[in-house]
Amino acid sequence: MTDQTNDQAPQVDANAPKSAEQPDRVGLAKFLYSMGLLRESPAAMIGVTVITFWVFIAIFADVVTVYEPNANDYAATLKLPFSGGDHWLGTDLLGRDTWSRLAYGARATLIIAPTAMVCAYFLGIVMGMLAGYYGGWVDNLISRVSDIILSFPLIILFIIIISVFGASALNIIIAVTLAASPGIGRIVRGLTLDLRNLEYVSAAQIRGEWGLYIMAIELLPNARGPLIVDACLRMGYTIITIGILGFLGLGLPPPDPDWGGMVKDGAAMVLGGSPEMAIIASIAISSLVIGFNLLADGLREISTRD
Amino acid sequence: MTDSANDDIVLELDNIGISYFTRVGEIPAVPNFSLRLKRGESYGLVGESGCGKSTVAMAIMNYLGKNGGIVNGTISFEGRDMQTMSEEELRQTRGSKIAMVYQEPMSALNPSLTIGTQLKEVLIYHENITNAEATERSIQMLSDVNMPDPDRVMARYPHQISGGQQQRVVIAMAMLSNPSLLLLDEPTTALDVTVEATVIDLIAQLREKFNTTLLYISHNLGLIVKVCDRAGVMYSGSMVEEGTIEELFKKTKHPYTFGLFDCIPTLGADKHTRMLEPIPGQVSLPHERPPGCAFGPRCKYFKPGVCDQGDIPIEHIDHGETHRARCLRVDEIEHVPANVGSEVTVSEGEVVLDINGMSKFYEISDMSLSAIMSGQSKHFVKANENLNFEAQRGRTIAIVGESGCGKSTFAKVLTGLETATEGEIMFEGTNIGAIPVQKRDKKLIRALQMVFQNPDGTLNPSHSVGHCIGRVIKKFGIEKDPKKVRELVGDMLDVVRLPRAFITRKPRQLSGGQKQRIAVARAFAGNPSMVIADEPVSALDVSVQAAVINLLNDVQKQYNTTLLFISHDLSVVRFISDEIVVMYLGQIMEAGEADKIFQPPYHPYTEALLSAVPIPDPDIVQKRIRLEGEMPSVMDPPTGCRFSTRCPRYLGNLCDEQEPPNQDAGDGHIIKCHIPIGELAQVEPIFNKKEAAE
Repeated sequence: MTDQTNDQAPQVDANAPKSAEQPDRVGLAKFLYSMGLLRESPAAMIGVTVITFWVFIAIFADVVTVYEPNANDYAATLKLPFSGGDHWLGTDLLGRDTWSRLAYGARATLIIAPTAMVCAYFLGIVMGMLAGYYGGWVDNLISRVSDIILSFPLIILFIIIISVFGASALNIIIAVTLAASPGIGRIVRGLTLDLRNLEYVSAAQIRGEWGLYIMAIELLPNARGPLIVDACLRMGYTIITIGILGFLGLGLPPPDPDWGGMVKDGAAMVLGGSPEMAIIASIAISSLVIGFNLLADGLREISTRD
Repeated sequence: MTDSANDDIVLELDNIGISYFTRVGEIPAVPNFSLRLKRGESYGLVGESGCGKSTVAMAIMNYLGKNGGIVNGTISFEGRDMQTMSEEELRQTRGSKIAMVYQEPMSALNPSLTIGTQLKEVLIYHENITNAEATERSIQMLSDVNMPDPDRVMARYPHQISGGQQQRVVIAMAMLSNPSLLLLDEPTTALDVTVEATVIDLIAQLREKFNTTLLYISHNLGLIVKVCDRAGVMYSGSMVEEGTIEELFKKTKHPYTFGLFDCIPTLGADKHTRMLEPIPGQVSLPHERPPGCAFGPRCKYFKPGVCDQGDIPIEHIDHGETHRARCLRVDEIEHVPANVGSEVTVSEGEVVLDINGMSKFYEISDMSLSAIMSGQSKHFVKANENLNFEAQRGRTIAIVGESGCGKSTFAKVLTGLETATEGEIMFEGTNIGAIPVQKRDKKLIRALQMVFQNPDGTLNPSHSVGHCIGRVIKKFGIEKDPKKVRELVGDMLDVVRLPRAFITRKPRQLSGGQKQRIAVARAFAGNPSMVIADEPVSALDVSVQAAVINLLNDVQKQYNTTLLFISHDLSVVRFISDEIVVMYLGQIMEAGEADKIFQPPYHPYTEALLSAVPIPDPDIVQKRIRLEGEMPSVMDPPTGCRFSTRCPRYLGNLCDEQEPPNQDAGDGHIIKCHIPIGELAQVEPIFNKKEAAE
């Protein structure tokens, strides 16, 4: 069980800037101090602001919107943004309020992406730790399986998984987990290989500690730093991935709001002379991705400085 | 120091202040520093880490990095103010007029260029000569640094030559454009002692030949004695004492310099006759320097109201030309040398560890086609071969040897991280040679613990001190209840003389010496019957080293533990150990009581080792024995005697063909050599007092 709580530690930290609900209790002071340092990096602050904005929208989606995301207002289909009336960001072909769909889409994205990341990190850390610590045939087995997964083009892998199991939030999570964990595993394996030769690991071995204890208690906490930065970057990629899935029609099944799906619906109307919905949804995706990337940059900056 | 001598002054630092600018603010690394070097002089700068030695060297090179700067004072080189030079002039000066040799030869050389290319580049850049001329001069310089086969070395890459040879290349590179000033920043610290001795000889030779001024930076007082005419002792960014070697070592005036001497184990002294006296406390951080004397808080002669008032000038002593010290109480202080150690005779105890014919071979498979065809795809690296010795309870046995001699492999086999290939290791009646640590029972694991070398790697940075020691107590089932565990951890902190409040600290909040104390506490927490200490003090500053050695001694006495002390430092070994085992290429060359090892008869290898140790005493003359060639690879060791390829007393075919016998020189003193004991006993001792030698 200790294994699991530790696996999630980096995840908690990575999410912390936006939710700040579950900071690492042991190092609360250290955590607050690092967050204070983050303020010195303008990039990170922009990232945090953007992420906080979307998190706020996602949490209070039903407060900040007037219409149900799936409610059709046939009296007002294909309204332009800022054209007056209640639909300030306009409506789509079916008369659904774009702002409502965007807000509820944020909720969907910000639930699916972090959940997928936690799962991918859990699997990736287990794979990487085992491969790096034990080496030999364990390493060979895990690394070759990872290579096989990584050798598939990502999109094709998703199409296979989703078309076999069907489109649903759970299957998106499974697909992202399977696709991302080998990459995480490689990073963790590399970090483990570096750390396992340190003297405190030998000291633990000499006092007869078990492999699981050494991996979870001695090694993992020290791999935390690079993993947190990686998690932030990867969160951005995951959001893009979810967008792509939606765009390909492999995202959340309609009519649930989904940013990628909105881009797809909007794209169909670009030639018809109304590109605004595709643009709005694309801006939503890009802003969140950029937000995570800027935060990752900022974290890297403060972690290399000290 | 008169005006007429000014022409002869190569480098003059006049009251320079060097600061680093960080987020926290300005950090005055070196507040006020003056230095004058005359042409052809060799000057040593000594001090512990963090005292600003390297900062001074970097300032001379005008290479302080983005956040460093010279805030006041002037640096003039050959009469010119370096701060007024343009960037281009500076570039021309660095590398051609002022050259520097760094500590790590491997990182000073570019691994992707051949040595020839790197050497020639210096000449082509600075002197604008043709490639052919540059090649010729590079080869000439390589032979000047005694590099065997310089033509072939030119075409090699840095990783293809040994560490000692790499350092020779770095020195050759520095000397190529015939600089008038050579800065050497710990040039031999990364090298083995016998290699170090040859590099030191080389530097002395080159200096004579090219009349170069040397600024030699080191923490090792013994080296300074060997290579320098004058030396300065730095403390916390200031020069505290300066003088000729004779003045500094024989008429020491500053309490810090005394302190340094009291920390170093001198040859001939051991733990029964002398105590090491560590300097209490730590170097204060640059932005937290106390008013008045920076050494004040650690000085036992500190006098409130005198030493903590205003800046203390550095004054000439006894109207001498050269000897200066920064201390107000120079004339009042009468230094009493370190107190005498406790005379404890270690009784002949029961045998805890008995090693019989233990060997550890690593199998290496060579998968090249030719190797498979010839049926020799499997090689054995004989890391340890046929080791025999025993250790009694409560005694300290030292294992000495240069890198690659197999001493760390031996520690791994003992702790069960590796298993022995042959032979037996009887530890408290159990043969543990073939049992890996996972299969050892708790009692056995608890009885055999280890202290590691690197203070930064020995503690997990993520866990507190309390967790680190407490885990041992819980793991070995001494106590389970968290409250009592905490109590026991506190007791262990008392044992290693650290405040109990340290229980919540993380390793990054501790200094190197404190980390090493925690490591000692961790090793002793399970009350083991034997502790292996693998180079436990070699990464520490001398003052801290002394404290850790004393601590190991005391804790060992308190727990009546057998200590297996692995080290390359012969003076530390002489001080701490009761018995010494000398290893070379996986075999024991000589073993016996500590004082026997340091007197004839010597094994020829031990003799060379002893001759190479730098002794911080200008009165002691060592017989000069230098080893030729490089240590052979463990993959392909010499047949017959392992030492035969480098032995100064090589007898001929006998040594090549037959493994030498273990000869008994009496009282368990074993020498593995073909030369009869009687003949070995006839050599004169390595260490002689100067008077005796004249």
